[in-house]
Amino acid sequence: MALAVLDGGLLTTVQDLGRPGYERYGVPVCGAMDRFALQAANSLVGNHLGEAALEMTVLGPRLRAEHDCLIALAGADLGPRVDERPVAGWRTHRLRRGQMLDFTGPAHGCRGYLAVAGGFAIDPVLGSRSTFLRGRWGGVEGRALQAGDLLRLRDPNPDQPGRAGGAVAPADVPRYVHELTVRVVLGPQDDLFTPAGIDTLLGSVYEVGAESDRMGYRLRGPRVEHRAGADIVSDGVVMGSVQVPGDGQPIIMMADRQTTGGYTKIATVATADLPLLAQCQPGVGRVRFARVTEAVAVELLRDMERRLARLAGPRAYRLYDLATAGGEYAEQE
Amino acid sequence: MLYDEPRFLSAGECALVVEFGDSVSREANAKAVALAGALRDLSPAGVGEAVPSYRSVLVHYDPLRVGREALILRLQALLAEGLADRPVEPRRREIPTAYGGELGPDLASVAELVGLPEAEVVRLHAEQVYTVYMIGFLPGFPYLGLVPERIAVPRLEAPRLKVPAGSVAITGRQTGVYPVESPGGWRVIGRTPAPLFNPRRDPPTYLGPGDQVRFVPISAERFAELAGLPEAELWP
Repeated sequence: MALAVLDGGLLTTVQDLGRPGYERYGVPVCGAMDRFALQAANSLVGNHLGEAALEMTVLGPRLRAEHDCLIALAGADLGPRVDERPVAGWRTHRLRRGQMLDFTGPAHGCRGYLAVAGGFAIDPVLGSRSTFLRGRWGGVEGRALQAGDLLRLRDPNPDQPGRAGGAVAPADVPRYVHELTVRVVLGPQDDLFTPAGIDTLLGSVYEVGAESDRMGYRLRGPRVEHRAGADIVSDGVVMGSVQVPGDGQPIIMMADRQTTGGYTKIATVATADLPLLAQCQPGVGRVRFARVTEAVAVELLRDMERRLARLAGPRAYRLYDLATAGGEYAEQE
Repeated sequence: MLYDEPRFLSAGECALVVEFGDSVSREANAKAVALAGALRDLSPAGVGEAVPSYRSVLVHYDPLRVGREALILRLQALLAEGLADRPVEPRRREIPTAYGGELGPDLASVAELVGLPEAEVVRLHAEQVYTVYMIGFLPGFPYLGLVPERIAVPRLEAPRLKVPAGSVAITGRQTGVYPVESPGGWRVIGRTPAPLFNPRRDPPTYLGPGDQVRFVPISAERFAELAGLPEAELWP
């Protein structure tokens, strides 16, 4: 069973929930930028929620089903069509052998997810099928999809059939906006900024630079003022860490971020807001920051997990998956 | 400077930083590496990876399973028990290194900058036993310290676009090895045929935080011989 790639689109990569647990070796976590949409797509086709799917950026790929298969689309509306007939997102579709799936262009958001029942027959690297573009390994040969690729599929799990005709209720579909307010918790180096600097961050609008990518979102706007320089002894960063180098322009660390950084970090984006941030299109979107306490950020996370549980039912997987020494990320083959 | 008490800093609602000092120091790093190791061994419920760096540990946790305050108390208890100070026998590693010439294009300029013959720079670099303070920047890139003051030099004014894989380099009191070809601004004084990173192995790096490392000088001919060997001979 396979999907043939006739055109790879702008940047289409295989991503799952990443490979946490190897950051002490300098290995980035990678994985889907919008972890909510990835899990929603997987839930629709009856996959393990952390199964690998295609992450499609702005301009989607052109694919041909080499066999009958069940797919689901979630995340950004990139203008999906089956045999040139528009189809809806946040639902499943049966593709018959020979049918084409392509995308006419983004309407809302910038990252779409395509899950296939059963997942892809790709060997995991360090426990994950996520693509590490910078290292050129993981996923499909560590690169974006291109014409001529053949994506072999694994057999769907007969005990967890996807809901053919299944869809996410409209009330549960996230709304993507051009100007997004992200909630942040201050720290760890907020004490290395002046009060004016913190006010600037929390009171300004920033453009998401066109060069923003899976490593980080580079923001343009009013300079955030440091007390005494932007350099620190390098330490760990998380997805959502807001670094501010000497030029005062914030950079939000994203999925492919390096594991350590030597610039002051003023705040961290609440995990629940990361999926929305990932849908803010580089060169188009704008971001504002709103300060929240850790307690509020935890409630936002709890709320998001409840929404995911509603979509997925009792098989709900955690939105934020940890790698304990034993490994919580269990795969179903 | 080592703090009297570690600081607990917020890195969002799913991670916290345990900071032992405000600068690079062996003691702060030893505590960080030890705490990260202890957490890895204990594997407490709701706690994810503990990532050590120069003078702190980033502890990932699930706030829906363990509260921040409870976690801090747990970490303080661990530190009070002296777990972080318990000496763990460090792993020892050797890095065979061919110094100078085409494999170490900056050795000549380093020697000139510090006013020593090249052979003396090599001797000073190679006789030191280094600690891996942390791994970062690239998968498998080790930050090793401390390079003897006598041969401490600043970074290149303009970084190279391509530093070959295996390059052994220095900047200030740090030395490191580029596991893969990469841009880089450190001064390249030699090259090792030993592979440092392989994502198909687990753990995927030859070196780990806390390891004690020596660079062992070899000839260019020996480099060529070793470079042709299968990985398992250099990284058992």
